[in-house]
Amino acid sequence: MSEYELLLAIAFMTAANFITRVFPFLFFAKKEPPKIIAFVANSFPPIIMTILIFYTLGKIDFTVAPYGTKELLAIIITALLHIKFNNYLVSIFMGTIFYMLLVQFIVLS
Amino acid sequence: MFHKKEFQAAFKVSIPVMMGYGVLGFAFGLLITSLDYAWYIALLMSIFIYAGALQFLAVGFFSAKLGLVDIFITSIFVNIRQSFYGLSVLKKFKKSGRLKPYLIFGLTDETYALLTTIKEDEQLKSKYYYFYLTALNQSYWVTGTVFGTIFGSMVEFDTNGLDFSLTALFVVLAIEQYKASKNFTPFVIGAIASILAFILVPLNNMLIFAIVSAIIGMFIFKKRLDKNV
Repeated sequence: MSEYELLLAIAFMTAANFITRVFPFLFFAKKEPPKIIAFVANSFPPIIMTILIFYTLGKIDFTVAPYGTKELLAIIITALLHIKFNNYLVSIFMGTIFYMLLVQFIVLS
Repeated sequence: MFHKKEFQAAFKVSIPVMMGYGVLGFAFGLLITSLDYAWYIALLMSIFIYAGALQFLAVGFFSAKLGLVDIFITSIFVNIRQSFYGLSVLKKFKKSGRLKPYLIFGLTDETYALLTTIKEDEQLKSKYYYFYLTALNQSYWVTGTVFGTIFGSMVEFDTNGLDFSLTALFVVLAIEQYKASKNFTPFVIGAIASILAFILVPLNNMLIFAIVSAIIGMFIFKKRLDKNV
């Protein structure tokens, strides 16, 4: 992206993000939100997190060795760390360092 | 006009966020410079967007040259959970006057969590307390970002694999979501929608396709999703 496109993209993300934050204040300050809005706001977050996990792995080619095993291992480590220590900094950093070591130093075939 | 008592109280509860935002902001700054974007791109994003997951994700939008409409719609859905936050602080923010727009702008996951879980001291003027809390949290995020960009442009090291921090962030957030809902259905819907999208459309359109099919899936399995909520 050119610098101009980058700045435009940032402006669009700024607007979209603010809309999600201001939305209830604009529309539901006086009346209850309809059930369907509450349903989407309630049920969508775990769905989008799952989609984003997949999306961030989009560039991995699962048809050639090591078939995404490094990513899978790093995800398992991250999840186990999080379940064990319940500290998101520990999980994210240890998981990322583990993955960086895997891709920089270890050849899996 | 400085309200010392409110500032001190806000500072005290914000310390855990200082650690968290400092470190994650640092990682964000580092990631931006590792991909050779200018340092002020990271700074502008932390000042104006101020949403962790979206900012990390934006790095992917940039390199995929995603269109503006796709970026806009995806950003809305990535952050739709924040609309839910607003619903539960409507009353709290009612009397905050001209500070209100900033309080709404700064309503991140962590700020929301602090606002709704910390018991308030009745002697404090709540609007100033909320304002300092929100502003302190953003200052940690911005400061972390700036240090990350400085470090990233001064120190040379192999950043290959650093982008996994994004995957790790979403893994952690997904686990937190599971703890709150104890329901596997949304994860199954998300996974199926993603796999379908990978198979059916090119990578550039994957995200938007997965979001739309997941929403359709949500309404098909509405009963299962409503369970245990």
